[in-house]
Amino acid sequence: MLILTCPCCGVTAEETEFHGGGEAHLKRFGPGSSDEDFHDYLFSKVNPKGVHLERWRHNYGCGKWFHAARDTVTLEVYGTYPAQTTEPPQDIRDAITAKRPGWSWREFS
Amino acid sequence: MSTRLANGGRFLDRARALEFRFNGKRLTGYEGDTLASALLANDQMLVGRSFKYHRPRGIVASGAEEPNALVGMGEGGRFEPNQRTTTTELFDGLTCASQNHWPSLDFDVGAINTKLGRFLPAGFYYKMFIHPRPFWKHVYEPFIRKSAGLGKAPTERDVDTYEHFYAHVDVLVVGGGVAGLLAARSAGQSGATVLLIEQTPQWGGRAPVDGGAVDGKPVDKFVEEVTAELDAMPNVTMRSRTMGAGVYDHGYALGYERVADHRPGAAGPRHRLWRIRAGRIITATGAIERPLSFAGNDIPGVMLASAVRDFAVNYGVSVGDRTVVVTNNDDAYRTAIILKEQGLDVPVILDARVLPQDSALMAEAKALGIRVMMGHAISSVKGGKRVTGVEICSQAGEGAVLETVDCDAVAMSGGWSPVVHLWSHCGGKLTWDEAQACFRPDVDNPPTGADGEGFVIPAGAANGALRLGDVLADAHAAGAAAARAMGAERKTSDAPQAEAQDEAPMAPVWMMPNGAGYKKRAKAWLDYQNDVKVSDVRLAAQEGYQSVEHAKRYTTLGMATDQGKLSNINGLAILSDALNQPIPQTGTTTFRPPYTPISLASIAGEARAERFQPLRRTPMYDWHAEHGAYWEPVGQWRRPYCYRKPGESIEDAVQREVKATRESLGLLDASTLGKLMVKGPDAGKFLDMLYTNMMSSLKPGRCRYGLMCNENGFLIDDGVVARIDEDTFLCHTTTGGAESIHGHMEEWLQTEWWDWDVYVANLTEQYAQIGLVGPKAREVLAALTASDVSAEALPFMAWTDITLGGMQARIYRISFSGELSYEIAVKASEGRALWDLLLATGDAHGVTPYGTEALHIMRAEKGFIMIGDETDGTVIPQDLGLNWAISKKKEDYLGKRAQARSHMTDPNRWKLVGLETTDGSTLPDGAYISAEGENANGQRNVQGRVTSTYHSPTLGKGIAMALVLHGPDRMGEVVEVPHIGGKITKAKIVDPVFFDKDGEKQNV
Amino acid sequence: MSDAASALPGAEFSGIVKVREAGLQGMITLRGDLADATLKKAVAKAGGQDMPGQRKANMDEQGGVAWMSPDELLILTPYDEVEARIGDLAKALAKQPHMAVNVSDARALFELSGEGARVREVIAKLCPVDMSADAFGPGDFRRTRMAQVPAAFWMSDEGTLRIVCFRSVAQYAFDLLRGAAAKGGAVDYF
Repeated sequence: MLILTCPCCGVTAEETEFHGGGEAHLKRFGPGSSDEDFHDYLFSKVNPKGVHLERWRHNYGCGKWFHAARDTVTLEVYGTYPAQTTEPPQDIRDAITAKRPGWSWREFS
Repeated sequence: MSTRLANGGRFLDRARALEFRFNGKRLTGYEGDTLASALLANDQMLVGRSFKYHRPRGIVASGAEEPNALVGMGEGGRFEPNQRTTTTELFDGLTCASQNHWPSLDFDVGAINTKLGRFLPAGFYYKMFIHPRPFWKHVYEPFIRKSAGLGKAPTERDVDTYEHFYAHVDVLVVGGGVAGLLAARSAGQSGATVLLIEQTPQWGGRAPVDGGAVDGKPVDKFVEEVTAELDAMPNVTMRSRTMGAGVYDHGYALGYERVADHRPGAAGPRHRLWRIRAGRIITATGAIERPLSFAGNDIPGVMLASAVRDFAVNYGVSVGDRTVVVTNNDDAYRTAIILKEQGLDVPVILDARVLPQDSALMAEAKALGIRVMMGHAISSVKGGKRVTGVEICSQAGEGAVLETVDCDAVAMSGGWSPVVHLWSHCGGKLTWDEAQACFRPDVDNPPTGADGEGFVIPAGAANGALRLGDVLADAHAAGAAAARAMGAERKTSDAPQAEAQDEAPMAPVWMMPNGAGYKKRAKAWLDYQNDVKVSDVRLAAQEGYQSVEHAKRYTTLGMATDQGKLSNINGLAILSDALNQPIPQTGTTTFRPPYTPISLASIAGEARAERFQPLRRTPMYDWHAEHGAYWEPVGQWRRPYCYRKPGESIEDAVQREVKATRESLGLLDASTLGKLMVKGPDAGKFLDMLYTNMMSSLKPGRCRYGLMCNENGFLIDDGVVARIDEDTFLCHTTTGGAESIHGHMEEWLQTEWWDWDVYVANLTEQYAQIGLVGPKAREVLAALTASDVSAEALPFMAWTDITLGGMQARIYRISFSGELSYEIAVKASEGRALWDLLLATGDAHGVTPYGTEALHIMRAEKGFIMIGDETDGTVIPQDLGLNWAISKKKEDYLGKRAQARSHMTDPNRWKLVGLETTDGSTLPDGAYISAEGENANGQRNVQGRVTSTYHSPTLGKGIAMALVLHGPDRMGEVVEVPHIGGKITKAKIVDPVFFDKDGEKQNV
Repeated sequence: MSDAASALPGAEFSGIVKVREAGLQGMITLRGDLADATLKKAVAKAGGQDMPGQRKANMDEQGGVAWMSPDELLILTPYDEVEARIGDLAKALAKQPHMAVNVSDARALFELSGEGARVREVIAKLCPVDMSADAFGPGDFRRTRMAQVPAAFWMSDEGTLRIVCFRSVAQYAFDLLRGAAAKGGAVDYF
């Protein structure tokens, strides 16, 4: 059972206080989008072995969504950051690079 | 015979005699005994029967690794099967019984299996019971089920309580032997917070039994001092009777505290499950001695050498008058020496090794006059329910008997295996230690934590440091390292120095004698509980089971309740030998928590009986309960399905409630409906995205029904939205949707439209809401308020705030029944008062409280859909004829894009219609509407399914809603609805609005 | 007001600590920009206390203010004064996006009192929170999970802890607390 630090209320708590929300940084495709874009948005999720950026909600705590940069193999948590962003902030990227040089995830590296 | 010695027993309080019962026999022991030591003290060596062959089974070990000595403990609400006697503390009045035999332990009919043993090899069940196929269900399975399982399941409800406890520490130390004590001490001295847990009631582990000295003091004395030192440290907590059960991700560990097993009936919980979060976990879990594989090694009286020693030193129990010691290492000599010192006879030590010179322990044994035979082994053990002697042979040969020695006990030692379970639970890797012939933790490949660093540190024997001196140094360093990793770096005292005898190296012996033939291998047990022998593992290898995991499952080696603590290493050595490959190449099976079985009740903790799960109650719950409520669970809520009058059936109650409401006045507790307040300058824009229809155009004071879809386009919720003011909306959701839709709103606001000025609050429980429903509703309402509630002042789909019976109330004129209807919301704290007031005022009109079933029937009569009935996560609003509630003007809403996908616009999607049975009967729930022909699986084709079905008291016949292929185009057509069992009911496709199509009743 | 009833009026239990339902308590959920000076002023007036820091609560006998999330506060007032305080907040914050709603009746409030270590133990049996004095004490405010329901608590002093949950699960919460506080259940940990 993981422990995560919620960047919104600052608490470090066990996984039962949180709820996983799948892949982070999804770009929404709405009416007018191509079938292919919409299909990818809805269904094509990455499931990497290694560095992963994912969404969590602190649903038994402050109720806020946030993002976590985590390693799915070692379970290391490189950092968590607020959900109000379209890309991982530089300090998070640096923290990942320090441990996993040359990493990439979707369009980010 | 086994008996109590006149002296010795460091755990015993001989002044306190305890009485207990085994198989009805009255026996006595002492305070400090385990059940096993007390049984042995009473010469009860035979304690059970094995699983498969019903072989006589005696006590083999002295601790958690014991495979045989399992009993049914306690009576009634405290009965529990498969309790390990070696880890059960004796208490006065303990009652237990042996298991897996009939009619008695001494004479067991099932023992015939042992004679059939050669016909019941590994994989027998798989091979035997596969043909003929039909026999499985009717012949084989019932037979096998009857013989399955060891102990009996309890029949009564557990009378004890159990609880969890969350602890957070820098360093968790598992194991209270010298290694654990020292690791805890250095971690504590460094300044870290430490929790030290030990599964037994005593501190010190094996070291005091094995002897030696630390810093010039006897080990006993040293343990006492360190324990006192730790006890005095404010940052160190010590818990005995607490087993480290499992290690999990990110430093999570479970501790299993047996609070009251030794004092049943005492106030407080029986078990406490410690849910520990530690920065670092030190596994000081010691090592377990391995048995040797020789013929007859399962006969009661054959025990681990360490256990024989433990029983003598700790409990003052001799397991036999004449004990033969058989070993491949020096440690077993300690047993021989101690027995000899106790005045017992050790006729011979059989040492499989051939050494150039005597080690210190060997010399000591010889000096005591014990005969030592190097290079010798046991050819076979003699005896049935008890050892009577051993036949001696050369280890090197095939087992030709050189000599027979009478004895009543055999102490065996095949070397030691570090307890790596907790290290391995979360992914710690192992490495093969050639010199000690054991797996030990590969400290370069530990399980990693949230910080990416290894978080488990093995210490002492658990790390492969089997000699006292090595244990002390290793444990001291482990404690300091764990603390340092947590930022605690204060200076510690120096590591203590040990004085212990040098030991000669052990020599791996996996089969005794080395060249044992089939007959001997078929009597050499590996797994005592599951009856797996050396021959079974060799057969598995022969039949192609090369993976250790497959061989394990095929033979059931290590799959008994002891999970192979004694058998696994020996078994995989045999497998490796049969496969002609080195042991590390075969590898181990997976170590999974818990270390030893823990009670299911401790896992449940407080979640039992009324605390099993939260039960949500409305403010009117007590009234419902007092008035015949037949409850329906709706999520975690309990809602009245109907209210039964004395002697009334459920069906009759429902029909009565519908009729009374349609004819006069009904009352519904609607408090569970979700109420979400959405407020802000962008609230209208936000709701336009969430609902399929337009909410921003709603006028303050008015209500609008809305549908909500997810991004996949599927309908997820519906309800009435009221606009409170320019910036504020109150969204009603379904009962089940309150929390999920609140979450849905927050998710979109926080993660997609975070620049929109909107706040959401879940006010579901702030208000009690009561539906006042029926032709007399307005009359009753008007009688309670000075405000104008006429049709003109409060028209259909409007709301207003009024004072009602002295309470501030908000009245929504909305209807889910098709009747004139008001939903009245007051503060939850006043809900019961309002309910009572409406009952009193409505009395003149025969006011009738109604439940969820009457609600469902009335909405179905009106053709209103219900989320969860007409929808199942694959239904879109268009399927339900709700196109009128889908805005054509809006560029976007959640689900709009998905609803344009080809499958969603397919004209062949099943669509909502009404069904009326031609014979007036009621259709079965969930029934299919059949079509011509059969599908590829030979099943009848279908063209639709029933989503809701009721007997309508208003119309006096069966009505249903259904999703049917091209349904709306087939009005009047009669379709067939098969029941389970083949009966067919005919039903006519009709408009889903069965009653008051023009809404005259609700619009008055 | 005369007919208003809390969730479990008079519910009480005495074990290793005393557990009691604390009756009706005025509670306001305020959402808005917590860094805004006007809002800070309005909060101080409504709650009688200064704006608390992250995961803190400023409380006294009359009421107080607790930090719920980066854009949410819980303001405690006497039950009868909630509507008036909300009115004040609405006036003071008229020019900025915010939400102030009465949630007094949506909640149940329990009080644990007794020896500090025992009070901490009762919570540590039910909530996955480090209840050691180094990690949590008077002035702190924690929202978490109590067994299977959301809850929030704070200590007004070392021997008194108040815990809020939803009203509908008041009986469940009381049963949990009663069980955790049962006689013989002292853990002797803190």
